Amino acid sequence: MTDTPAIILEAKGITKKFPGVLANDNVDFDLHKGEIHALLGENGAGKSTLMNVLYGLYKPESGTVTVDGNPMTLNSSRDAIKHGIGMVHQHFMLIPVFTVTENIMLGAETDHRAAPNEMPLVRLDRAEVAQKVRDLSHQYGLEVDPEAVVGDLPVGVQQRVEIVKALYRKANILILDEPTAVLTPQEADDLFRIMHELTAKGVSIVFITHKLKEVLKVADRITVMRAGQVVGSANPKESNEQKLASMMVGREVILTVQKKPAEPKEDVLVVNDLRVKDVRGLEAVRGVSFTVRAGEVLGLAGVQGNGQTELAEALSGLRASESGHFSISGNDLTGKPPRQFTKAGLANIPEDRQRHGLVLGYTIADNMALCDYYHMPFSNGIVIQQKQVDSNARKLIEDYDVRTPSPYIAAGKLSGGNQQKVIVARELSRPVKLVLASQPTRGLDVGSIEYIHKQIIAMRDRGVAVLLVSAELDEILSLSDRIAVMYRGEIVATVDRKDASREQLGLLMAGVHEPA
Amino acid sequence: MQSEKQTNSLSKFLSSLKQFIEWIDPILVPLLAILTSMIVGGIIIKSVGGDPILAYKGLLEGSFGSAELGPVKSQRAISETAVWATPYIFAGLAVALAFKGGLFNIGAEGQLALGAVFSSLIGYALPGWLGVDLPTIIHLPLAILGGLVMGGIWAGIVGALKAYTGGHEVINTIMMNYIALNSTSFLLNGVMKDPSPTNVIARTPLVAESARFAPIFEGLRVHWGFVLALFTAVFIWWLLNKTTLGFEVRTVGANPDAAHYAGVNVKRTIFLTMFISGALAGMAGAIEVTGLNYRHELGFSQGYGFDAIAIALLGKSHPIGVVLASILFAAMRNGATRMQFLTQMPVDLISMIQAFILLFVAADAIVRFIFRIKSKGERVVLTRGWGG
Ligand SMILES: Nc1ncnc2c1ncn2[C@@H]1O[C@H](COP(=O)(O)OP(=O)(O)OP(=O)(O)O)[C@@H](O)[C@H]1O
Ligand SMILES: [Mg+2]
Repeated sequence: MTDTPAIILEAKGITKKFPGVLANDNVDFDLHKGEIHALLGENGAGKSTLMNVLYGLYKPESGTVTVDGNPMTLNSSRDAIKHGIGMVHQHFMLIPVFTVTENIMLGAETDHRAAPNEMPLVRLDRAEVAQKVRDLSHQYGLEVDPEAVVGDLPVGVQQRVEIVKALYRKANILILDEPTAVLTPQEADDLFRIMHELTAKGVSIVFITHKLKEVLKVADRITVMRAGQVVGSANPKESNEQKLASMMVGREVILTVQKKPAEPKEDVLVVNDLRVKDVRGLEAVRGVSFTVRAGEVLGLAGVQGNGQTELAEALSGLRASESGHFSISGNDLTGKPPRQFTKAGLANIPEDRQRHGLVLGYTIADNMALCDYYHMPFSNGIVIQQKQVDSNARKLIEDYDVRTPSPYIAAGKLSGGNQQKVIVARELSRPVKLVLASQPTRGLDVGSIEYIHKQIIAMRDRGVAVLLVSAELDEILSLSDRIAVMYRGEIVATVDRKDASREQLGLLMAGVHEPA
Repeated sequence: MQSEKQTNSLSKFLSSLKQFIEWIDPILVPLLAILTSMIVGGIIIKSVGGDPILAYKGLLEGSFGSAELGPVKSQRAISETAVWATPYIFAGLAVALAFKGGLFNIGAEGQLALGAVFSSLIGYALPGWLGVDLPTIIHLPLAILGGLVMGGIWAGIVGALKAYTGGHEVINTIMMNYIALNSTSFLLNGVMKDPSPTNVIARTPLVAESARFAPIFEGLRVHWGFVLALFTAVFIWWLLNKTTLGFEVRTVGANPDAAHYAGVNVKRTIFLTMFISGALAGMAGAIEVTGLNYRHELGFSQGYGFDAIAIALLGKSHPIGVVLASILFAAMRNGATRMQFLTQMPVDLISMIQAFILLFVAADAIVRFIFRIKSKGERVVLTRGWGG
């Protein structure tokens, strides 16, 4: 490294407004050649907006972007791709029934013109592209099978396909927007290895995440945004989680959850020998039994894909169970529709927030009444009382600090983390007996995680039973009173929090049984 | 100094223009689609040697009258436009409501025909069956109800198939159309055929006086059914936007998984949406019988059910939009005769223009491209992940 590293991309004075929001306020940002530059910031700080501007998806009100010293027009992602910018969005834009090769070709079909004035004949040369994909994956250590059908691949590999796709289009600047939020720890480590290979070969990376540990581990430089502005930068070698957190949020953040010992009371959720099949018809949950008592948090740990998703869906009525029984406060709910679960006192924070948790086209206000629209105070059974819906929303937006200019903004326009807050606010504000929280803080900033953790513990202390399903071992360890480990569809162990260690849980999650 | 002021006021003007465009955005594409189609239509008229200005003048006069035409003819023109608009509004609402619920009701034509058949049956046969003369206050609502329920059942079958077996509503409404239209023909040629000795046409007998709407104005054909159509539009708007049922319909249409999560009975809602949609189409038929024709005749099927799809699209599935689009389509149909009279342009030209409108509305990207309007929103959702 030289003393003055080459700047490959430079954005100056970017300002981007949305109705009622100044999403980027005169932002300066630069990227050095071959570095990993982490972008941190609260939910709604404007990170994705800034990246979308660089990628040509949003046209800023003002500001300039230069790539390698050449000014770039910001009209479409075509321009960005031409300048060697590639972006991997959180929701991959891959076609599940196509193979890896076909997905990579899509939109970048090879142009076989002998001379530039010939008719642009587009020929699909699968073999050629497949070979290029192989070369690329060899070159950068990105293992993907060009013939595999994308829908069959795990999320981590799909993400790799997106990266290969960007590289195939000759990207040397890569934007990764919260790539690790959906990955297992192993997949995340793989990704970091790949990122380092890429930077070693001269690719420059912008990396967005809310996980401070990851930032400290992989970033060469850190920039922090708050409320649309850059508020500072940090050197990962000299910083720590606490410092970064306060810089992001603008106040001290308590990273550890403080709670009293639990005082468990009667059984609330009782699950008896439950079996559930997954979408492919394979048995994903194989005879699971457990109870969650009022006033305790049971954490369900496990590597993703070991049946937790299916179990949580069955316990909230979203998926039918094959056999077995379960009840909430004595009501047998096996085979009942979701409305009965709500009535029995279930609050459900679903894993897939855009699919189950929200109607993206509805306003925040309507989304906050999504499960309760049919009864008082939101309706008299026939007519919806919009005033009540609105005032409820105003209150929850205030309480849960949802960052939005108004309750009448469509939920789809909120930043990812704020969408999650809308769901959490709705579910935790009801009088409930059981909270079923699947990945409740996925994609949230540290400040919001702190707040939601506090809420969950407050629910517990009020005598609510909590079943927490999380891929974050840290989250499980800091919130749970008891921990159940799932492996291949079975609960292989249930341990008391005070007897649990990270190493022991890790082994159990990997399917290694300790001798008793 | 001077030029700075100028640029200042220019940017002010531009920003207020931008605001205006944003405000008008929801109806911008339909309006521009209409405009573009009119221009394309004009070019076609010109290219076959016609006079576009005169043609459009004829269209306007024929549908809304003019001073030149005189008050009597003008009144009649407006009245006829309203007569045309009436079934359009009902059938357009039928398709629009289904759209809101995420369903594509292509079968409005069949539902409308069956609605008309049953409404006529109740209209001409019920007093005979009961052996008493019914007062209008009872007989007329019964006749309308008959059409409404029949249309509802017909579409409800498709809804139930969709909800409980997954059968696709597009295929099934098309199939049910064939059954409905052929059964109508069978009934009108058979048991329900007007028995009067001079009749050779496939039509029902006239409905009893007690099953008829009164005309609003003496000597004009426009009837109270038109007013009922306007009320129905308001009612459907209220139903969709202010009631729990409407909330369920829209939620199922927008995101069935989230609807299921929220405790909505998705299957029942799909059935109900189709039922109400069919009921509206059935009502279109019933109102034609009770308000205008006083009977149903095979030749009366004017393709309202198919035009209704175009109307719902043009009206962006909004009840008010449907009313406006219906009036536009009605005016074009009604004014076509005068256009032909003035310019010798064939009436088919109108169908062409309507098809262009539909094309431009459906392929809204074309209009956005021609007029350089940025589409907002959609792209954002695509490119932002749940955490991005
Ligand atoms: N298309 C849009 N229309 C209106 N407002 C928007 C739109 N996109 C983003 N915003 C607003 O701009 C602000 C910044 O959003 P952005 O998505 O950039 O946040 P973020 O930093 O990526 O947050 P997160 O960590 O939650 O993903 C938010 O207040 C958001 O509501
Ligand atoms: Mg974001």
